[in-house]
Amino acid sequence: MSKVHVTTRVNGDPVEFLCTPEQTLVDVLRDTLDRTGTKEGCSTGDCGACSVLLNGRLVCACLVLAVESEGAEVTTIEGIATEEGLHPIQEKFLEHAALQCGICTPGFIVATKALLDKHPEPDEETIRYWLAGNLCRCTGYDKIIRAVQDAATTLAHEA
Amino acid sequence: MAEATEFKAIGTRPVRPDGVDKVTGRAQFGADLNLPNMLYGKVLRSPHAHARIRRIDLDAARAMPGVHAVVSGADFPGAQHGEIGGEGGGDVADVAKNVMARDKVLYHGHPLAAVAATSQAIAEAALAAIEVEYEVLTPVLDLEAAMAPDAVLVNENCFTKNLPEPAEKPSNIASVMTLARGNVDEGFELADVIVEGEYRIPMAHQGYIEPHACTATVNESGQATVWTCTQGHFALRTQTANILDMSVADLKFIASEIGGGFGGKTVVYLEPVAVMLSTQARRPVKMVMSREEVFRASGPAAGSCAKIRVGAKKDGTITAATAWLAYEAGAFEGAPMGPGAMCVFAPYDLENFRVEGFDVLVNKPKVAAYRAPGAPQSMHAMESALDDLARELNMDPIDLRLKNAVAEGSQAAYGPKFPAIGFRECLEAAKAHPNYQKPVPEGAGRGVAAGFWFNAGMESSAEVHINEDGTVQIIEGSPDIGGSRASMALMAAETLGVPYEKIRVLVGDTEASGFNNVTGGSRTTFATGMAVIQACEDIIAQCKDRAAKTWGVDADQVEWEDGQAIPAPGVNAELKPLTLAEIMKTAARTGGPILGRAALNARGPGAGFSVNFGDLKVDRETGKVDVLSFTAIQDAGKAIHPAYVEGQMQGGAVQGLGWALNEEYIFDGNGVLENPGFLDYRIPVASDMPMIDTQIIEVPNPSHPFGVRGVGETPIVAPLAVAANAVRDAIGRRVHDLPLSPPNVLAAIEEG
Amino acid sequence: MARVVFPDHLLSVTGGVREVEVRAADVRELLLCLAERFPGSETALSKSAIAIDGQIHQDAYLEPIGDDSEVFFMLRLEGG
Ligand code: FES
Ligand code: FES
Repeated sequence: MSKVHVTTRVNGDPVEFLCTPEQTLVDVLRDTLDRTGTKEGCSTGDCGACSVLLNGRLVCACLVLAVESEGAEVTTIEGIATEEGLHPIQEKFLEHAALQCGICTPGFIVATKALLDKHPEPDEETIRYWLAGNLCRCTGYDKIIRAVQDAATTLAHEA
Repeated sequence: MAEATEFKAIGTRPVRPDGVDKVTGRAQFGADLNLPNMLYGKVLRSPHAHARIRRIDLDAARAMPGVHAVVSGADFPGAQHGEIGGEGGGDVADVAKNVMARDKVLYHGHPLAAVAATSQAIAEAALAAIEVEYEVLTPVLDLEAAMAPDAVLVNENCFTKNLPEPAEKPSNIASVMTLARGNVDEGFELADVIVEGEYRIPMAHQGYIEPHACTATVNESGQATVWTCTQGHFALRTQTANILDMSVADLKFIASEIGGGFGGKTVVYLEPVAVMLSTQARRPVKMVMSREEVFRASGPAAGSCAKIRVGAKKDGTITAATAWLAYEAGAFEGAPMGPGAMCVFAPYDLENFRVEGFDVLVNKPKVAAYRAPGAPQSMHAMESALDDLARELNMDPIDLRLKNAVAEGSQAAYGPKFPAIGFRECLEAAKAHPNYQKPVPEGAGRGVAAGFWFNAGMESSAEVHINEDGTVQIIEGSPDIGGSRASMALMAAETLGVPYEKIRVLVGDTEASGFNNVTGGSRTTFATGMAVIQACEDIIAQCKDRAAKTWGVDADQVEWEDGQAIPAPGVNAELKPLTLAEIMKTAARTGGPILGRAALNARGPGAGFSVNFGDLKVDRETGKVDVLSFTAIQDAGKAIHPAYVEGQMQGGAVQGLGWALNEEYIFDGNGVLENPGFLDYRIPVASDMPMIDTQIIEVPNPSHPFGVRGVGETPIVAPLAVAANAVRDAIGRRVHDLPLSPPNVLAAIEEG
Repeated sequence: MARVVFPDHLLSVTGGVREVEVRAADVRELLLCLAERFPGSETALSKSAIAIDGQIHQDAYLEPIGDDSEVFFMLRLEGG
């Protein structure tokens, strides 16, 4: 099958790649572009491990075709920390022990970023519904929710 | 043992050593390794739950461009019967046949061939080109059918084990066991009240978010390197060596970071296949299961049927109890009947009881361990029966349990006397808990239940190296599945008197670390921790010796305090303490590098008890159950890193609630799993759950220097009955079978 | 003499004997004694877990046994 040439930006960097028309964004990110921070738990849009931002919108990279990223801005877990260091969301996940095995963590952090960009002061219910697309089997969610609440407070103070 | 000691490091909540890599996407998990020139391996799986393989034709697949290896059962060495020791072991031939079927396929999804090709698409096309001729057999799909006298046989060579007289004809009952004490008939005669019930729980999956994945590369001299996500790379190496008839010296296993396991990643599925494919292709082969493959063909938890009968006097004293426990093993023997039977009455001091257990073959995937294997199923039944009993007796359910609870010195139902345990402490804490004092919200019901797990010790090794600047490197071999690097570093910090920040922890591969058994059975913090502590004690002894040499005094005139060698009180008071860094500065002159080590089989893992309660609301129109609040109380002995202990309790609670409320393997009449994805096999999501309140009880384990008990398994046990008892309280009727899904609960409401 | 108790599933190798009294300094000696008393029981017994005075050992061998110890043979355990 002939491949398609795609030009996009990943975490601010200009990126070009070739992919087949049916290849998903998560495949290209992980296998072609070596951005393995984005995880794959189901490939059917049910676990959120592959969460990335596409032009600022939260998507499951396993449900997006790689060709759809043409001309777009893709943000992955590798692009959340800044030159100053970890993002407050990352700091709070660490502080609150909001990860056990850590496989869901990249997806949760990217989803939390999308949540807090849109709702800087979410209540618990909003957080739980926003993150309902991200499965975590280890933590029972308690510490994740607390980390997100604390990150929201910290970011609100910084703003 | 350290009693009422003031700890400096232990009990604090520092950031875990591997944390930053895990929040930035740097940490490398099972599927994250790509090697140059790598091929993709894929498995051909049986479309039938039970069939004889008449013929497999691999030629067309072999001939396809881009295909570099094709294997089937015939390519694997003739599997010898024999034990693979350790956790996740079992009979070599069984494990081998589960990895790759020989003459029969025994469940839908059972592997029977595999290919390696230059792309996933070519590999899939090659699988489609493999021709197989089957003779389809009737599948055995539930316990009744399997245990019937004239049942179709899953395995014609299976003769029931542990019978008083050797079995004469084959059966689907692989083995039986009984545990008994006293005289149950007499006991039931003394009872004022008797409750009984039959409880069924379907197979459920551990649901780790990371699918099984590995990459194997074998060179021309037969040396293999396998990168894999596992709870135990040493155990997987042993299993692979046995299946492929290789020397363990030719197999190097590297444990990647692991994205959850809960018992399910203690067994090989892909690894021997990847090694075989790579041997044929002479190129690296990567294999990753799809989520569907994980559901269909990894090792779920056993489905079960439990019949319970309990009799008690008016004051709540249990006079007799019986349990009949049958577990679905899947296609090969090895259901957790033993631990299930030993746990069912473990929390209670019983004079008369009888437990019968059955390990039963069915044409479903071979079950694997899932957190406290066997206990959730059997204890759900007992804890439900106790709830019924408390109602009949008009007693508070915690008081009923307190009346019968085991304590130090009680003879456990599984045999020995208990050393120091914290069950009563958990019950009393539950009774006094503010959440228990609160009234039950309108429309909700409250459930209470207890949980138990033995906990494990087993083999661990650790080395401790002191770097030239006095910082510390730990090397051990227990994959870190939930923060164990942090607990190792904390225990080393405490023992050595060195700040946590100066300690690094490596989970070494099979060539870098001494042998460590799997991360499972709640053993890592206890057993590997004990190895780390002993290795640190080894360091201290050597450092004292170096200090003595430096000072020109006898070693017994040196003590160790706060990370430095100091002169023993009263002598040589003029000597200035030597820190680790200072000792290292002169180490070359005093004997060279300093390395401590310990290898052990840890003795005396303290038993873990829990008491959980929760308020659950039932929607009477739809039968949907919502968890309003949940409180988990558990004896951790001593919590090394309390946040990760709480995390185990919270995660286990939610897994248990998921199993109770929603999760089940649904098979059609042909034995095909109908819900092999997270959409239809629905595990709890954030919006399903409330915060999970925790209270850690600390009754120190007398066999551990810091009092540690394992904490990982016990949390999943009690929530099943908590949910069942709360729903009973809410709707006024008992729903015996799990899950308490809307249709099942609604049916009960409508019947009532 | 230590009290040694066998669970039901081992009765087939002990010929139905549920409990014996044995003088043995450690598990190694105990196993030797039992092998003599119940010929053919070695494999089954050495594959069992053994609890001595309440402590469960998966691979007992050198553990000391006291004069009034209670020793229970048990199924080996595995965990998640
Ligand atoms: S991998 Fe994309 S949602 Fe699961
Ligand atoms: S931390 Fe393991 S799945 Fe979330």
